[in-house]
Amino acid sequence: MLNVVSAVLVLGILGAVFGALLAVASKIFEVKKDPREEAVLSKLAGANCGGCGYPGCAGCAAAIVAGDAPVTACAPAGPDAAAAIAQIMGKIACVGERETAFVRCNGGTAAVRRFEYVGIQDCTAAEKVAGGPVECAWGCLGFGSCVKACQFGAMSIGPNGVAVVDESKCTDCMACAAACPRKLIVSVPVSKKVRVMCLNQEKGKAAMTVCKNSCIGCGLCEKECKKDAIHVVNGIASIDYAKCVNCKLCTKVCPRDAITPVATPEEKEKYKEIKKRQAEAARQKAAANAKK
Amino acid sequence: MKELSTLVTITIGAILSNNFIFSQFLGCCPFMGVSKKIDTATGMGFAVVFVMGLASAITWCVYHWILVPLDLVYMETVAFILVIAALVQFIEMFLQKSVPSLYTALGVYLPLITTNCAVLGVALLNIQNSYNFIESVVYGIMGGVGFLLAIVLLASIREQLVFADYPKSFEGFPIALVSAGLMALAFMGFSGLDIFK
Repeated sequence: MLNVVSAVLVLGILGAVFGALLAVASKIFEVKKDPREEAVLSKLAGANCGGCGYPGCAGCAAAIVAGDAPVTACAPAGPDAAAAIAQIMGKIACVGERETAFVRCNGGTAAVRRFEYVGIQDCTAAEKVAGGPVECAWGCLGFGSCVKACQFGAMSIGPNGVAVVDESKCTDCMACAAACPRKLIVSVPVSKKVRVMCLNQEKGKAAMTVCKNSCIGCGLCEKECKKDAIHVVNGIASIDYAKCVNCKLCTKVCPRDAITPVATPEEKEKYKEIKKRQAEAARQKAAANAKK
Repeated sequence: MKELSTLVTITIGAILSNNFIFSQFLGCCPFMGVSKKIDTATGMGFAVVFVMGLASAITWCVYHWILVPLDLVYMETVAFILVIAALVQFIEMFLQKSVPSLYTALGVYLPLITTNCAVLGVALLNIQNSYNFIESVVYGIMGGVGFLLAIVLLASIREQLVFADYPKSFEGFPIALVSAGLMALAFMGFSGLDIFK
């Protein structure tokens, strides 16, 4: 009995002594924390997802208060939280360019199929069977691996059998891009509506035979662009969104309708007319100059 | 002179032939967790050296001055855990105040030293091997140095692993565990140095 009592007493006293020492130490080594840090932390999403690049929400809050991170650093918390944080920090939240996922394929029913696939309804599984049922190596398989990967219900398989993104729901998390075995999904600015809907790197006939809507790397768009924004790289047209101004000239000359928004035949005809007239005017001017 | 040779034996044993990680498999959690970058690994290693040295000293005092006279030797594990927990708390406060960069770099692993079995292990081994005070402190510090050596070596390897060509399924922890296992095998070579007994 005495043993038990002494054991409890000794350890109790030991604990009390250490406790007292720690209490004193906590006063001596007290770190003054910025009260704003707590306030900012309460506004963050609190998921400790690390998406901001800082170790957890506390780290992000500290960085925001220190001025190292923008008040919009926490994407999951959304613009309202950013505004609240901005108020705490005495700043104004300016929300940056929102981006969205975009499927760079417009093949689907227009693409040539090599065989009918009846296995597991999953793109990765289908891709494993002899390289996939779609002839084009950059063609959307349409089994919806990206649809399953999307946590926000922003992906669906469109009427032509190609995955499409609902931009109003997309948070640009790019989980779909990771799920796509053919890496067809890219991130593009929401405000830029002109997008190349194909990733086929083959040129000319090779690209033409596998799909009706493929980019054949002809370079007409590149010649048409006044802003030097679209270039054919590795046999595929790609747009530099720092330069693109949404003028849509490239969509009007694309012979394959591979650039969205696809121009109607009337629009194309009209643009051809305008260009013809311009060329005529330029020729006359040149002739007039030559006469002088 | 005899004391000095004992200390040298203890040092070699703790760092090489009886390395806490590679031959006693103590403290593997922070060993895997904080060995991604050399600088954080170094920070963690020094924190462990510090805690193990200090813990050895204090647990020796607690054991020989409190537990033995009061006939409470059977409570050693409980008492040691108490001491180590308080010590780590203290170090955490100290680092937060004095070396905040190290504090943030160590992150969650600093409080985890509390449950680092290498620290409790060194305290218990000191008693088991009936070391005197000086020997205990040397064993503690050198055990920490052994940990430091192991974790810095693994961190160096893991930094180089970026350039290595291994199957994708091995990415991350699996390849780190494979590396650690190979290092443990290599450290077995030091067992020829076993003048520890």
